[in-house]
Amino acid sequence: MTRKQKRLSVIVAGLAFLAAAAGLTFYALGQKASYFYMPAELATASVPPGQRIRLGGLVENGTVVRGSGATVAFSVTDTQKSVKVTYTGILPDLFREGQGVITEGAFGPDGVFVADSVLAKHDERYMPKEVADGLKAKGVWVESKSQ
Amino acid sequence: MVETGHFALVLAFALSLVQMLVPLVGARTGNQRLMAVGGPVTVTGFALTALSFTALASAYAGSDFSVANVWENSHSLQPMIYKITGTWGNHEGSMLLWVLILTFFGALVAVFGNNLPATLKANVLAVQGMIGAAFFLFILTTSNPFIRLNPAPVEGRDLNPVLQDLGLAIHPPLLYLGYVGFSVCFSFSVAALIEGRIDASWARWVRPWTLVAWMFLTGGIAMGSYWAYYELGWGGFWFWDPVENASFMPWLAGTALLHSATVMEKRSALKIWTLLLAILTFSLSLLGTFLVRSGVLTSVHAFATDPARGVFILCILTLFIGGSLALFALRASSLTAGGLFHPISREGALVLNNLFLTTATATVLVGTLYPLALEALTGGKISVGAPFFDLTFGPLMLPLLAIVPFGPLLAWKRGDVIAASQRLMAAFALAIAAMLVTGLFIDGGSVFAALGVGLAVWLIAGALTDLAVKSGAGSVAPAVMLRRFAGLPRSVFGTALAHLGLGLTLLGIVGTLCFGSEKILTMRPGETVELSGHTLRFEGLFPQKGPNFTEDRARFLLIGADGNANGEISSAKRFFQARQMATTESGIRTLGLSQLYLSLGDEGNDGSVVVRLWWKPLVTLIWGGALVMMAGAAMSLADRRLRVGAPARRRKPAAALTSPT
Repeated sequence: MTRKQKRLSVIVAGLAFLAAAAGLTFYALGQKASYFYMPAELATASVPPGQRIRLGGLVENGTVVRGSGATVAFSVTDTQKSVKVTYTGILPDLFREGQGVITEGAFGPDGVFVADSVLAKHDERYMPKEVADGLKAKGVWVESKSQ
Repeated sequence: MVETGHFALVLAFALSLVQMLVPLVGARTGNQRLMAVGGPVTVTGFALTALSFTALASAYAGSDFSVANVWENSHSLQPMIYKITGTWGNHEGSMLLWVLILTFFGALVAVFGNNLPATLKANVLAVQGMIGAAFFLFILTTSNPFIRLNPAPVEGRDLNPVLQDLGLAIHPPLLYLGYVGFSVCFSFSVAALIEGRIDASWARWVRPWTLVAWMFLTGGIAMGSYWAYYELGWGGFWFWDPVENASFMPWLAGTALLHSATVMEKRSALKIWTLLLAILTFSLSLLGTFLVRSGVLTSVHAFATDPARGVFILCILTLFIGGSLALFALRASSLTAGGLFHPISREGALVLNNLFLTTATATVLVGTLYPLALEALTGGKISVGAPFFDLTFGPLMLPLLAIVPFGPLLAWKRGDVIAASQRLMAAFALAIAAMLVTGLFIDGGSVFAALGVGLAVWLIAGALTDLAVKSGAGSVAPAVMLRRFAGLPRSVFGTALAHLGLGLTLLGIVGTLCFGSEKILTMRPGETVELSGHTLRFEGLFPQKGPNFTEDRARFLLIGADGNANGEISSAKRFFQARQMATTESGIRTLGLSQLYLSLGDEGNDGSVVVRLWWKPLVTLIWGGALVMMAGAAMSLADRRLRVGAPARRRKPAAALTSPT
């Protein structure tokens, strides 16, 4: 091979490699990224059972039921609709009724959202950004008074 | 003192303007006296920044709540260590630490760069000055830590309890030493582009700085990972959180840079690529700073969100990344390109390393930025987490790790894969044996686990093989071999240690992910729980009082086979009055290389408590491996060949025998 052919073959091999990586990346983005929903949006979006999503909102007052063991049931609401959620594990320190949370998991066949992670933020003044944005969009956001 | 600090910061900004202009003009016009201004100005700028930082730190140490920043992030009852580390446990202070380290590196170049060509040194300092000026201006206009309150409050609002930990003393300084250390490589690249000249000696200059930055960044990331592991109480060591990715991307690119700079130094090839990588690595550091500091991401790290800050950092980002890449586009073609080389050679292997590492960096970049871009463009909100990175980053890393042991065994110019394979036979046999043992005889050994353990053993054994082969194992008498081993260049040890550390980290990851176990249960005092052969008895909850918090501490006794207690683990729920905030302190007991990890959940009314218990086999190797990698970098730095300014001493005959590296 001449110098030019050599260089060309190196470049072609490199590009093929990059193309493969790019293809994989876009496939993974389509398959593995989980979308964020608020309860009211779930009515219009059809999310099949088993598909991983993130569900955000406020923990509805009076819905937290601590069952036997470490399983907890509660509802997540955006004040318009609410969704039943079950979670087995340790809830974050800031989890309580009325608090903004993001749960991640999938719907079971019975329509109950089975979460495998629940996030509430470390800071008392803090609301997960997605939840705050969603509530603002629905006009139910109350600006907390700054200290 | 506080006003002195503020004044020193303004002076440092003014000096950085001098630093960015005068030496640059000097280098352009060939004026020695103008170029000579760079050094003293840089060192003075560092001294002023240090004074400014000290002023803030002493305001924190003395709990001076008339300073708004101290009032917001400190409390008079905090232990002294957290008062001091609180200096950078907030946005303003951490940016001040950032520029402190930036000017520190600039001063190092000024002091130790005496045998650099005068124009190169002047240009490097000028570019450092530009970065400094931009960040000084950012701090002074949007993030001033020295603003006073009148009247002064009597008590502060406390540091975020999550940050009240020794991790804050270690993680941010290490991480910044890494992030900002790459600014020197960036400045060298831009200086080379300004001069339009680059040669192998340039790589000899840049490599030690890359090594220093890489070493600290490795430590910073590992420390951050361990901190998140024990502080957050989720038992995870890596979450593919955008903030973690922000520090991981410069690390990946920096690792590539470390390897390509070797090729440039040895073979005078890959010059333009190395230069570009140096620019990209620091650009990723800047991007990380932007992601973490601008508030576009919400995390523990985003202390406060202020749109002005985000816009300002975005401007800095655009200016430096855009400017340097534009300069690159203009000037790169005028630089002399290096020669091509045989694909089967050390340099060929290093190119392959670069291809994998930069592609992996790109996938992490896409996974980190895509959700932000999507939200900005369409308003759709997605999260990209572990499943995405397992599918993209994973497949790129596996082949890379598999070829790592070959690299150091191939010769420069023209390597022999077959000879290298023969030398790696023993390592390969060991790896296969480890795979079989894992797959067949260990409970829970899946195909994936076997593959992972095999790969880790392959890396470790490969690194040891490299040392053995270079000491002449199998061909010379043991005594000669020992002498040769002792005489090996330090950089050979550096390479072997870094690769060995990589293997250890991988072994830790595979061990924890594939052989770990966990249990979640409700326990009452006196009850026992058994997990992976370890029995724990819950003794009860004991209220305690700390300096600025109260806590309920749950004590557990580790029961041995003989029924006697041989150790205790305790985990606590803490409540911080000042912020009205609760945290969970996890309980960890290290047994050999493995750990028992325990975290508390809600307390019931009857004295019961929800407990989450993990058994994490070999987990300490994850961070231990990183320490070994750091040791490798330190070893490489100690190599006389790389020691900048060290006179080229004639080597002893024993050392001259060893193969070149």
